[in-house]
Amino acid sequence: MSLSARLSLLLVAVLVLGGVAVGATLHAAGRAARKEHAPAGGPAVASGAVRLDDPRRVFFRTMAWGPHRDEITAVPADRPTGPRTASGVRCLRFHAAAGTGICLQAVRGALRDTYRAVILDHRLRPLHRYDLAGTPTRARVSPSGRTVAWTVFVSGDSYAGTAFSTRTSIVDTRGRHLDANLETYALTVGGRAVHAADINVWGVTFADDTHFYATVATAGKTYLVRGDRTTRTLRALHPNVECPSLSPDGTRLAYKKRVKGADPDAPWRLYVLDLRTLHESATGEHRNVDDQAAWRDDHTLVYSLPGDFGSDLWTVPADGSGAPHRLVTAALAPVFPR
Amino acid sequence: MYLTDGRPAPATSGTPGGRRTRRIRRAGAAVPSTVLVLGTVSLITDISSEMVTAVLPLYLVAELGLSPLGFGVLDGIYNGVSALVRLVGGRLSDRGGGGGHKAVAAVGYGLSALCKPLLLMVHSLPLIGAVLAVDRTGKGLRTAPRDAMISLAAEPAVRGRAFGVHRAMDTAGALCGPLVAFVLLRVAAEGYDAVFTVSFCVAVLGVVVLLLFVPRRVPAEAAAETDVERAPATPRTPVRALLKRPEVRRLTGCAVLLGLTTVSDSFLYLTLQRRLELPTGWFPLLPLGTAAAFLLLAVPLGAVADRIGRRRLFLCGHLALLCAYGLLLVPTAGGTVLVGAVLGLHGAFYAATDGVLAAATADAVPEDARGSGLAVVQTGQTAARFVCSLAFGAAWTAWGDRTAVLTAALGLALAASLSALLLRRAVPAPAPNSPSEQAR
Repeated sequence: MSLSARLSLLLVAVLVLGGVAVGATLHAAGRAARKEHAPAGGPAVASGAVRLDDPRRVFFRTMAWGPHRDEITAVPADRPTGPRTASGVRCLRFHAAAGTGICLQAVRGALRDTYRAVILDHRLRPLHRYDLAGTPTRARVSPSGRTVAWTVFVSGDSYAGTAFSTRTSIVDTRGRHLDANLETYALTVGGRAVHAADINVWGVTFADDTHFYATVATAGKTYLVRGDRTTRTLRALHPNVECPSLSPDGTRLAYKKRVKGADPDAPWRLYVLDLRTLHESATGEHRNVDDQAAWRDDHTLVYSLPGDFGSDLWTVPADGSGAPHRLVTAALAPVFPR
Repeated sequence: MYLTDGRPAPATSGTPGGRRTRRIRRAGAAVPSTVLVLGTVSLITDISSEMVTAVLPLYLVAELGLSPLGFGVLDGIYNGVSALVRLVGGRLSDRGGGGGHKAVAAVGYGLSALCKPLLLMVHSLPLIGAVLAVDRTGKGLRTAPRDAMISLAAEPAVRGRAFGVHRAMDTAGALCGPLVAFVLLRVAAEGYDAVFTVSFCVAVLGVVVLLLFVPRRVPAEAAAETDVERAPATPRTPVRALLKRPEVRRLTGCAVLLGLTTVSDSFLYLTLQRRLELPTGWFPLLPLGTAAAFLLLAVPLGAVADRIGRRRLFLCGHLALLCAYGLLLVPTAGGTVLVGAVLGLHGAFYAATDGVLAAATADAVPEDARGSGLAVVQTGQTAARFVCSLAFGAAWTAWGDRTAVLTAALGLALAASLSALLLRRAVPAPAPNSPSEQAR
């Protein structure tokens, strides 16, 4: 083939591929513009004052298209599908308890986004900010509102695009003491100290201001650990537990479990562990759950599943009875104040 | 090693007119078009792949609500598979006496291109992991034949620089990719489909450039074979026969030995961050520092390799790494300067070793087994670095980061000394006339 023929072919390829690329970008840009307007039939969202210490409200990150997408919104606790009051505070992940909120958010930069954790007061005003080393994924506040934990995924390496590790931090909102990386805590599995390079900690759920549960992964296995901030220790209690969530009465943990024989593209099921007997039981949700569940009360779990707007909230009884049903569409990271 | 030919080395900055300048100009023109085309293909492909890499965590977590940690568990497996695939790619591409290089590379690039639209269709973590595994298979397949083509296209006298040019272009693409992705996300909020589609188009363009402009059969630099290269090699030289060649064995041995003391990038950045207590927001920027230094230094250091010898520069590169380890051990408060110095040395290490090792391997491997030879040495190095990561991690948790770095530094010093001994004996003087002179 002559050079001019090859150059012509290259030109054709550039035009075709460029056309497809520009078309895809315009399509996405158009959709993004449409998303700025709430579609008819979607949940009504209006901006307004949101208070985290209001027990008659439930909070979540609204994913519905419109100008308030990604904002923390409040809905009536007895009618979660009701009108949404948007706070104006955008978060990728969110949690709150006793009037303290934690918001993991993206900060738009000139060249790329960065992330930060913001501690919020009961009117969602920022109290402290912490830079994050990676993409936010989990956030929890202790029942008293004093201690806050979050997890980010760190992927510092180009060319190792599939290698992620977690970094979990805990901060005391009053003393402002920051444990930047829980991997520095002493880990014991089966009574033996474990030293390994591949330890990852994520998904903290608080028992009180100093004690918590979390997931630890090492050597390809995951464990439920009980952590203590004063002794800086993590003690493994039970294998194959990810993203635990402690019930309000402190007796049970909901978590995602990697089940054997499951469809390999959907390995996780929602389970509940009795902390006294270490007996685990499956819930009535048989689909893949990749979320840290929340307890609506001592008997009901709420968790996210992929939906038309990215994520919907579903609910199922914690005792294994009943069937799941959709609680709210276009929502993520629910909080049920008590 | 080309110092031994007894001619005065050309100056880097020429005086106007005279023989020196002419020679420099000729050397400047001596990076063959095939290398530039392959560099362009790599540049385009890296824009495409790094676009996806940059937005993937955000896409998974913010858009799909998934947790990408499962990848971390699978990553070791992927790397192992990728290394094996590289050997297979090298072997396959050597069949047909060199014509196979382009075919296997095209399959590798094509496979990775196809993965981009697939990413849009899968919405669960393991399936996304599977798509990325195929992407890595494509990368594993194409690496050895691509380097073989570069080595065959470039005369031995300028091979170091040819690889330097290729690696610089490759890194430039890797630096552009995330920027393109974030510009797209600015234009279209949550436009991950646009990012993946554009990434696909860019990757296909890379394949088109490869198919149209890389010669089907890269002509070997027939005139300039050293004794090693002229030695008859059986067709389809298997890996074992390759390793019987003392040259290949020594080079592989050194690559493995030094690889065993080369701490992985993530550990280096982690150590740097902890030693200096850098703000966590800096962490994602550290790899950019290394890449920038690599980009700036790849071509000049490749040229230096051609002048003073690839093996010598390969060792010097590891001395730069040793200096970086040393700086990590110095108790000091000089934050920003130290970060810059460590990242600069780290980038210099890559610039002095990555393409340079490929160039040195090409010197030692007969052309009909070039792909296999490159794959053997690079796979040995990769495997050794993986072992080093495990060992370094264990040392870190057992003794703390300072002692771990100290151990790595001592190990590296020892490995470099041994390698210097091994490689010194291994260098046969090239033919009295410089190959580049002969070729004209």
